[in-house]
Amino acid sequence: MHDYLHIENARMVFDTKQGKFTALTDIHLNVKQGEFIALIGHSGCGKSTLLNLVAGLTDPTDGVLLLNNKEIKGPGPERAMVFQNHSLLPWLTCYGNIHLAVERVFGGRESRQQLRERTLRALDLVHLSHAADKRPGEISGGMKQRVGIARALAMEPKVLLMDEPFGALDALTRASLQDELMRIVEETKATTLMVTHDVDEAVLLSDRIVMMTNGPAATIGEILHVDLPRPRDRLALAEDPRYHHLRGQVLTFLYQKHMKQAA
Amino acid sequence: MSAVTINEGSLNDIMNAPSTEPLVTPAPVAKDPPKPRATPFLQTGRGRAFSEALGKFFRAALPPVIGMALFILVWQLVSTSSGENGLPGPAKTWTSAQALFADPFYDNGPNDKGIGWNILHSLYRVGAGFGLAALVGIPLGFMIGRFAFLSGMLAPIISLLRPVSPLAWLPIGLYVFKETEPASLWVIFISSIWPILLNTAAGVARVPQDYLNVARVLNLSEWKIFTSILFPSVLPHLMTGIRLSIGVAWLVIVAAEMLTGGTGLGFWVWDEWNNLNVEHILIAIFIVGIVGLLLEQALVLIAKRFNYE
Repeated sequence: MHDYLHIENARMVFDTKQGKFTALTDIHLNVKQGEFIALIGHSGCGKSTLLNLVAGLTDPTDGVLLLNNKEIKGPGPERAMVFQNHSLLPWLTCYGNIHLAVERVFGGRESRQQLRERTLRALDLVHLSHAADKRPGEISGGMKQRVGIARALAMEPKVLLMDEPFGALDALTRASLQDELMRIVEETKATTLMVTHDVDEAVLLSDRIVMMTNGPAATIGEILHVDLPRPRDRLALAEDPRYHHLRGQVLTFLYQKHMKQAA
Repeated sequence: MSAVTINEGSLNDIMNAPSTEPLVTPAPVAKDPPKPRATPFLQTGRGRAFSEALGKFFRAALPPVIGMALFILVWQLVSTSSGENGLPGPAKTWTSAQALFADPFYDNGPNDKGIGWNILHSLYRVGAGFGLAALVGIPLGFMIGRFAFLSGMLAPIISLLRPVSPLAWLPIGLYVFKETEPASLWVIFISSIWPILLNTAAGVARVPQDYLNVARVLNLSEWKIFTSILFPSVLPHLMTGIRLSIGVAWLVIVAAEMLTGGTGLGFWVWDEWNNLNVEHILIAIFIVGIVGLLLEQALVLIAKRFNYE
């Protein structure tokens, strides 16, 4: 299989009040179609910056980003983003929030009835059909994040980008959403890039873990292949020595090779 | 609300409890021990809730009532101590107000209209002047908030004109329009446009970046961004602007009408001053206050509807 997402020599320099700040440098990454990539590293290592580059929300200072051999220029619905703080519009219902995205992507070629069905299917995928008419202010944090995921998936994106989607949730909710995400990705075969702080999450979900060095001028330190068979079960993995070995490797990278001094 | 419902329920309790119990268990056998007496109402759960709600109501209502009573007392004292031709007291003003409101909509020519007409005329001018201000201020506010260049262009002009006292604009209005009616609308317009303009612009500038990122990822059209993100997001700020603007307009109208004459509350105050009818001036002050309060409360209610947080 050829490289689906291709990042070559990407560099990102921000103009700040204190002068130029190099966030990322020498980023080379190739992602195959259907692959699940986790980006992990300490805070401020530019994981989110890299994700924003792929999303097209920011343009790289140098370097090339190709999706399916086409240069990424600006954001687009084929690269759906799940934001860290869900970013639902508070004046729309859960249904309305998803429908806004569905309408934009498929509105030109599908009937109202089809758009409606798509929206309902997306809600059903994250088990939130019962909350369709609720506003984001009326549901829990975990439910909001699920609506955010449903909104992204409803767009049938080629690439699903997730910026610490479960970071703000409690451990139990996070676990159940991770399981749901695994099931959904299995079903939809979406190519996924996920930024995370959580070592267990990275090992559990991904095919490869991209470990980043500390900023400024952060880059990719190591890439770890997670060759655990799918479907994965968190309880079985808890006893699996391979799982602990992989986990250990990520921890070694983060806390031995690239320990970050507390600021 | 809750005080009322508990109250009704408890009243049913009082009425039903003693009467039904003997009916359900008729003809007690002599050997049976005497039925225990029903617990006194205020010791039952509902009774306690009732007395608690009652207490809450009095604690909330008492301070304003005492405040008003003190206010009227001070007014009475000032009135009494100012002698025969001094400030009219509360009772005298009340009698005068009753006479005034007995026939609010008479019309004896241009300078002698009922109080209802005067209130309506003032409200009409506030509505029209504010309407114009909203018509210009809201779109302009959106543009200033969205385009930094326009904001930079207009910021010095706005900062220069905004602190100008509303009545300073009246001569300009009179000179340009040659008539009093458009001149007073002009004064309302120019003094009430600033809050709505600035609040709208601030609201647009403060639309969370997250929402705009959603718009960018979805590639929404500029119109769709406006209708589904910008406008709903700015609406609370817009409502604040409208509230402040109408508040300013209502403040200015009395002064403007005093100078332009004809009809309206302001004119009426000035007219009654010339007649030395001080009771009516006091009544006018109350009317201005009450109408302003009602406008404010109505807008607060509307604003609550649009708050999603």
